[in-house]
Amino acid sequence: MKFVDEYRDYGAVQKMLHAIRHITTRPWTLMEVCGGQTYTIVRTGLQELLPPEITLVHGPGCPVCVTPVELIDRAVAIARRPEVIMCSFGDMLRVPGSKETLFDAKASGADVRIVYSPLDALRLARSTPNREVVFFAVGFETTAPANAMAIWQAEREKLSNFSMLVSHVLVPPAMEAILSSPDCRVQAFLAAGHVCMVMGFEEYVPIAQKYHVPIVVTGFEPLDLLEGVHIAVTQLEGGEAKVENQYARAVRRAGNQAAQARMTDVFEVTRRTWRGIGEIPASGFRLRDAYRQFDAETKFATDLGPVEESRECIAGLVLQGLRKPGECPAFGTRCTPEHPLGAPMVSSEGACAAYYHFGRRKEHGNRPDVSSAVVGR
Amino acid sequence: MAIDLTCPVPLLGADKILLAHGGGGRLTHQLIETVFLPAFSNPTILSRHDGGVFPVNGTQLAITTDCYVVNPIVFPGGTIGDLAVNGTVNDLAMCGARPLALSAAFILEEGLPMEILRTIVTSMESAARAANVPIVTGDTKVVDKGKADAMFINTTGVGVVVAPKPVGPDRVRPGDAVLVSGELGAHGITILSVRGGLDFEGDVTSDTAPLWPAVQTLFEADIEVHCLRDLTRGGLSSALNEIASAAGVGITVEEVAIPVSEAVRSACELLGLDPLYVANEGRFVAFVPEHDAERALEVLRSDAVSAQAVRAGNVHSDSPGIVTVRSRIGGHRVLDMLSGEQLPRIC
Repeated sequence: MKFVDEYRDYGAVQKMLHAIRHITTRPWTLMEVCGGQTYTIVRTGLQELLPPEITLVHGPGCPVCVTPVELIDRAVAIARRPEVIMCSFGDMLRVPGSKETLFDAKASGADVRIVYSPLDALRLARSTPNREVVFFAVGFETTAPANAMAIWQAEREKLSNFSMLVSHVLVPPAMEAILSSPDCRVQAFLAAGHVCMVMGFEEYVPIAQKYHVPIVVTGFEPLDLLEGVHIAVTQLEGGEAKVENQYARAVRRAGNQAAQARMTDVFEVTRRTWRGIGEIPASGFRLRDAYRQFDAETKFATDLGPVEESRECIAGLVLQGLRKPGECPAFGTRCTPEHPLGAPMVSSEGACAAYYHFGRRKEHGNRPDVSSAVVGR
Repeated sequence: MAIDLTCPVPLLGADKILLAHGGGGRLTHQLIETVFLPAFSNPTILSRHDGGVFPVNGTQLAITTDCYVVNPIVFPGGTIGDLAVNGTVNDLAMCGARPLALSAAFILEEGLPMEILRTIVTSMESAARAANVPIVTGDTKVVDKGKADAMFINTTGVGVVVAPKPVGPDRVRPGDAVLVSGELGAHGITILSVRGGLDFEGDVTSDTAPLWPAVQTLFEADIEVHCLRDLTRGGLSSALNEIASAAGVGITVEEVAIPVSEAVRSACELLGLDPLYVANEGRFVAFVPEHDAERALEVLRSDAVSAQAVRAGNVHSDSPGIVTVRSRIGGHRVLDMLSGEQLPRIC
């Protein structure tokens, strides 16, 4: 497959691994920010190929994982209304709220549908004018432009039966939150390539300077990730801390300005609660007042009871790179993809699920214990 | 965010039936192990094979049954009728049995156009003729509009076992070669491409086909066949996991060796699916001892349905019950059983 196989080529990968081994003289801890990158690392067994000095920890870049439990509960409550068709990306249906998932709601009669794009939900709203179509808008800066576009279209068409439950979050504030933690062990970031495709990477420059940390905008194929590691380790070994762009075939310094303009038109920056991490100021999007009529939270005001998370789940520590999934006592026993206690066990981009599916080491037989497996020693 | 259909599945201890209970993955497996097997417990069913094998007057007979609920009922490369014939013929073939006769039972939704029913029945007739098996009995029920999705079909097949020794997971041994009969994923991706709501077009057609002729050539060539499994719901991954766990062996496959067409690979990349979990309706995996591996491949490649057969991996005694993939770049991962449903109602 063109433009994919080149980045999975065995020979090219070996060459890059050799180059990394050549420059690495001491231990370094790198965080890949995006869940899509975690998925590739675990799925291809990439960590076991790296020199033992290099540890990859997995960042908060899985939108499903960081969506707060209150919002899932709200989505379930809205989905249960008979007039509502709740649309969402597939992963979101399986994330446990405080009591149930959207899938549970579906099994007991709620009209919940998987869509591949917010524009599909918009189409559904047009074709079913007597129903209320709600799109559960999760994601980082990557999915925000399409969601903004759907709202903009709905406004233009004066669609009154379409709304959005918005749970958008932004990457740079989360990276700063991680770097500000006294326990932070991240020495360099592989920044999320697709987020930067939209946003560019200017906003990382002050972060790299303030915390003296290399930030390498990195793609999602094995060779992308290895090149990202190579650039980051070169900087670390040389005592540098700057922003570099490995994913130049997709990312420009200023990003996609048309997409940014549409986002800014529809959304404004707000504080957001991150599941497992807590509230981070100026870390998400909400609809601007001019588009308030499309806000499902306002349209379907719901009084939720008190919300409780599983006490056993250490998702917050995993999402901040402070613990590996295998270090959780519930991992693979009380918490599995079929019975997730926390969201990172749900999405294929969630660190816990990725470890569970792909990282179990063979010596351990059926007992998944992969803190050593993915680290490779 | 990559959108992924592999995930959706809720709690294992669910008190109601979920779509994933029919997805061919872990929940299906659990349903069989905790509800059906304890209730119907007998030595034949406990062999956990694609069909039940039992002796009658010195001959080994095989029986198997399957329901077909695919949506849509007509798709590129086939219909629900083709699946209903081929699927049951294939389950018999996986027991090493030549099909003798099929039954066909229909649940029809009120209002179904007669012309569609005729199309489906005609496709069943030609599939049965191609597989050289008569449909000898049947049943029809009609339900209220809205109580079934156009039509559901059940077929039951009886066959005579021609395999000189039993074929099943308990005969798989460390050292066996794992042969895959052809390119994976075409059926599942075809169904996905024509389902409402997913606007993508692909040059993919279902791989639905009868597998008995290919399997028969193995026995005719005196290949020592240890186990056969067709790669339907849950794909290669579910089949290998079931066999690894039933046989108490480890299995390792090479990602680069597993054949997947360019069109299916592209669709999987786009949709965030793994072809190793995607359903097939005309593909199988065969376990044969090392000394027969090359010859078995030659024999399989002489039949059109398995012309692209390859050796995908091997069986070993490390890590019993675990299936491992060596990735394209040389790293390893565990190939787990499908959690939840990858694609709803594909057969």
